[in-house]
Amino acid sequence: MSRAFWNILLKDIKTYYLKPPNISWGIIFPVSWTLMFFIRSGGAVDIRGILPGVMALSVLFGTTSMLAVTITFERRQRSFERLLVAPISLNQLMLAKTTGAIIFGVLYAFVPVLFAAFLIDLSGINWFFTFISVLLIAVTSTFLGLFVAVSVSEVFEAQTFSNFFRFPMVFLCGLFIPLHNLPVFLRPLSYLLPLTYGADMLKFSINHAGSIPVWLSILVLVAYGAGLFLFSTYNIQKKWID
Amino acid sequence: MSIIEVTNLSKRFGDLEAVKGISFSVAEGEIFGFLGPNGAGKTTTINMLTGLARPTAGRITISGQDGIKNIKKVQRFIGIVPDESNLYNELSGFENLVFCASLYEMGKREREARARELLARFGLAGTGKRPFKAYSKGMKRKLTIAAGIIHDPKILFLDEPTTGIDVESAGQIRELIKDLNRKGTTVFLTTHYIEEAERLCHRIGFIVDGKVVAVDSVNRLLRETQQENTVEFTMDKRKAGLESLLQKSFPGITVKEISAHKVRIASPEEIELMPFMQFFSANNIKIKEAKIVRPTLEEVFLKITGIKIHKLNKEKEGGAK
Repeated sequence: MSRAFWNILLKDIKTYYLKPPNISWGIIFPVSWTLMFFIRSGGAVDIRGILPGVMALSVLFGTTSMLAVTITFERRQRSFERLLVAPISLNQLMLAKTTGAIIFGVLYAFVPVLFAAFLIDLSGINWFFTFISVLLIAVTSTFLGLFVAVSVSEVFEAQTFSNFFRFPMVFLCGLFIPLHNLPVFLRPLSYLLPLTYGADMLKFSINHAGSIPVWLSILVLVAYGAGLFLFSTYNIQKKWID
Repeated sequence: MSIIEVTNLSKRFGDLEAVKGISFSVAEGEIFGFLGPNGAGKTTTINMLTGLARPTAGRITISGQDGIKNIKKVQRFIGIVPDESNLYNELSGFENLVFCASLYEMGKREREARARELLARFGLAGTGKRPFKAYSKGMKRKLTIAAGIIHDPKILFLDEPTTGIDVESAGQIRELIKDLNRKGTTVFLTTHYIEEAERLCHRIGFIVDGKVVAVDSVNRLLRETQQENTVEFTMDKRKAGLESLLQKSFPGITVKEISAHKVRIASPEEIELMPFMQFFSANNIKIKEAKIVRPTLEEVFLKITGIKIHKLNKEKEGGAK
């Protein structure tokens, strides 16, 4: 990767990702979800059972929120034009703009794990596979955020548009409600959403309870990630450099 | 030698043809001004030249490179200063320059040294640590120009460099542009301040409704527009019936009295001063000053485009709101 790539990434980390609102978001969000389940279950919450769902949600909300700032906001301020007229390829530029979200998405996923480590025994978890699952969810969610960010022109539009994808995923991707408990007519929709596959991989690596073949989940997530990235760069070329 | 060559360049946005097959060239080492009212196609043209817009048709050659196919190569040696100061508010002046230098693959030491050099050159050395958002408009503009030349480009594109800033900063920026040009940078500039273009540019292109209607050196544009020679005399006193006396003594001239002590004489032929001096002397009138009146670029612009400059300025102010 070029010097420009690393400097764009470092600039974004310094300017956006290490700012208090972003860091607090990464901590408050998983704590709130755990607390919600704790209250709902009257204190007998199965922390290990909900851990894959909380981790997947932390990544999804963390990554998609960031892109609205690092891309839509910069585009609005016209500072993004500075990057478009720099001698760096569009693919490399967009990778630089999204890598920060991927890194912080992975870090956010492990915040609930850190909390859980104080409360329950985490032995038996396949950490390597957990990391791969989190990474794939972070990449796919980030590129979903990128797709949203390049489809709108205002930050509030990006947040609103993101919610059309994010909130249905909370309920349709088997994070907290098993897929077989969903109404039959909703199940095909669940299998169209990438988070279903990421959450299933996490369930497999943490609780040995996945229902989709791992190779299929990896394939779907890679295909989703590549598709969203390519579509987003195509959109940038068509809408912003046209 | 041309460093920018534009041939039959067009840009269409749906049904609207914003740029209609324009052709012009910019010589290496010159300051080229692009003038026109709002919506004439100036910014679309700059965007096509710098890679922010893809032409619908036509050819762009910049320093021998295909400016459409090889735009990423071209972007290595061009600098761009947009009409808005678009640096990063959260970063300091120094950090902004260092970051912009990194986009051109400059090493850490080189970019830090260059950032310090430019901050000093633009009179911003004392404010280099201040965040960009705390800068005044004039300072922001200067830092944006500094960012545009951080990699020492061969060609600098400046879109309305002095719009919306105070007179002193505007003057400093004009001096900086001249200085950059003296050091060899070719400058392509758009402005709606016609006197700025007249003072700064070697050649000017007028663009109206997506078409380039004239491209020439400032002097030639002025000369070609001048259809008659005009001399203005400033007299020590006024004499009754002077206009008819002049007309009688010099048939073929037009006399325009512009004030009590000033009279303008126009003729399609060259005007020799001596006979007029003798005429005034014979009529007991002392001439304090005699000067040749040339048309201004503003008059040239009006003549070629039919657009009054005050309209151009008002449009721009309205557009900037």
